[in-house]
Amino acid sequence: MICGLRSFWGMRIDDPWHDALATGGPEPVGTPPAALPRQRAPMPRGEHGLPSTEYGLPPAGHGLPPGERGLPSGEPGPASGGLGVYPAVQRSAAFQQLRRRHRRFALPAGAAFLLMHLGFLLLTVAAPGLMARPVAGVLNAGMAAGLAQFAAVFLLAWLYARHARLRRDRLALELRWETQEMTRAAPSAASVASAASVASDKGGPR
Amino acid sequence: MSGGHQTLTLLLFGAVVVVTLAVTNVAARRRHRRGSPEEFYAGGRFFTPLENGFAIVGGHISAPAFLGMAGLVALYGYDGMLWTVGFLVAWVLVLLVVEQVRNCGRFTLADVVAARVRERPVRIALGCSSVTVSVLYLVAQLVGAGSLVALLLGSHGGAARTWTVLVMGALMLFSVVFGGMRAVTWIQIVKAVLLLGGGLVLSVLVLLRFGGDLTALLTSAAEHSGHGEDFLVPGLLHGNAGWASRLDFLSLGLALVLGTAGLPHILARFSTVPTAGAARRSVMWTIGLVGSFCLMSLILGTGAAALVDTDTLHGSGPAGSTAVPLLSAALGGGADSAGGAALVAVVAAVAFAATLAVVAGVTLAASASVAHDLSASLARRGRGRAAARRVPARRSEFPTAESQGAEARSGRRGEVAVARVAAVGVGALAVGVSLLARELNVVFLVGLAFSVAASANLPVLLYALFWRRFTTRGAVWSVYGGLLSAVTLVALSPVVSGSPQALFPGRNFVCFPLENPGLVSIPLGFLAGWLGTLLSRGSAEAVRYAETEVRSLTGARAV
Repeated sequence: MICGLRSFWGMRIDDPWHDALATGGPEPVGTPPAALPRQRAPMPRGEHGLPSTEYGLPPAGHGLPPGERGLPSGEPGPASGGLGVYPAVQRSAAFQQLRRRHRRFALPAGAAFLLMHLGFLLLTVAAPGLMARPVAGVLNAGMAAGLAQFAAVFLLAWLYARHARLRRDRLALELRWETQEMTRAAPSAASVASAASVASDKGGPR
Repeated sequence: MSGGHQTLTLLLFGAVVVVTLAVTNVAARRRHRRGSPEEFYAGGRFFTPLENGFAIVGGHISAPAFLGMAGLVALYGYDGMLWTVGFLVAWVLVLLVVEQVRNCGRFTLADVVAARVRERPVRIALGCSSVTVSVLYLVAQLVGAGSLVALLLGSHGGAARTWTVLVMGALMLFSVVFGGMRAVTWIQIVKAVLLLGGGLVLSVLVLLRFGGDLTALLTSAAEHSGHGEDFLVPGLLHGNAGWASRLDFLSLGLALVLGTAGLPHILARFSTVPTAGAARRSVMWTIGLVGSFCLMSLILGTGAAALVDTDTLHGSGPAGSTAVPLLSAALGGGADSAGGAALVAVVAAVAFAATLAVVAGVTLAASASVAHDLSASLARRGRGRAAARRVPARRSEFPTAESQGAEARSGRRGEVAVARVAAVGVGALAVGVSLLARELNVVFLVGLAFSVAASANLPVLLYALFWRRFTTRGAVWSVYGGLLSAVTLVALSPVVSGSPQALFPGRNFVCFPLENPGLVSIPLGFLAGWLGTLLSRGSAEAVRYAETEVRSLTGARAV
């Protein structure tokens, strides 16, 4: 059904995140899709040459040898409930790796852009003489700084997307499957009950 | 502007109206999952990144932005150019949080935050702040559109403004109530294509006029503007003003950059794509499109300064909203020629469509805040605190029994019915206020909407995603602290009283010198969240934070 919808809407299907679970219809979710290889060749830690593209899933690892993932698949959550799964995943080496990669890119980039733009505005109101200094032709320092910010935004967007595609997307997808499998392996009575009660006011299975 | 183009303008307005009605009609005829929240708030969640990128541009760039940014460049040169930079830089912040918002959220910002703190108080707080932002934004857009259209039609009477506001309000309500997000999205896409296409044609015409020589364009604009060299250096807008005015400028710049990531109608757009990766790609498209729009605004503004008679340009007010229409008349061969009249009519129609697409998106986001956050939480009051404290599981991955499914479906349809009523209520309120305020200067409301979004919505979002110790009290304090400080500071500022241009020129209760509260209220919002967290009785729930963090970064159990 999902495939039908997808082709109906002309969806591009080059998205590794794009899977049945994400948009799940009314049918129960059973086995993980066969497209996802469960066994992967271990990769050395440095993954600079990660040959991944957005298209398809070549047998590349996510940077950690299987033994170090800390997430033996199928292991039920320690707290014997669906929610106990999340702290276990959070503590796992693979997730720590994912979080580190995201934060190391996003936090400095966000801070740098904020400071850059505030500095630009501050210089404009506090030191207009500096910004009026000619650089080349009619272009002065202020206009050059403005145009440089345009270029910087485009560059950052491209770098961020590239970083996410090469360094995060696959790791996230694997963790997503493992988390969902662990949740399924240990559905606690409480979580099912509360899901049913919450479903009546804020949404449940479609 | 002569009245020669009025017929053509009205015809094109009619075309915009017909397209809006047709799109809504097509969207409303879909029977698949009709009436479900996924359909109404998220348009079915199956838009492609390209479509969503265009729709975000359509929902973000309003007529005041389209005409105003070029107008500021035309009037104030360098000081006007600054805004185009901030308009784009704001999207960096959106790009950096969009995947997490998409992974954790269902429809509104409160979904993201409520996943890790006590749901009810946070939903009520964020519902209040989001509705406030939306109503402020709606009033500013509707009043702005009324005066713009009246100006473009060449009539300065109150009737044109009143009718514009009424027609716009009726169309917006019709498309939201009957078409939901699907209709709003396609209206926004059509509008974005019109806007960017129109901007591109005009920019190319300007560049052709100068033989593609940007230096000649800038030099000619500086000479023709009457300011000479001063046109291209800082100072025309803020140079002679005191420190209050300069701080005000910084304040607005800060709100513009930080507020975009907290605007409810922008965040709502990310629920229309299936995955976090698709949401990221939508923002990539948006950055490309907004960037080219900003560059086109620069060209159009300098072109207007170079080609339009300076006195005419300054004659229409301090915002320069007529710069683009005047420029298109000049490019078409003069205001009285057929080409000039046609271009002016096209610009007016694009401005009309631009406002319509923006207000429809804002109304939809406001209705989601009312129905999904406020109404659902207030209705849950009777079930006691124990229920509210219980960990709310979102979608069960196991379909429950048939009876429960049916009950859930009817509850969800009930929520959509509430949302439709809420859309009518919010829309009617905004139209009513706009009619009362149609002669007033309400430009500051856009700045206030951005300030509230940056002070109340952004801190709580960032804390919820990145701060392990964040608690319910922190979230509630942060939202109310940012919201109340922004609104109070504006009420005590010169835009409300104490100056000839103020809302109440006769009264004077000014205590705060800046017109834009962002510089103070944004830090206050962050500070309130930090203090509230420190002063909480209990500590943060580590398990729930683990859930939020894992879900936000991996997409596990994303809907």
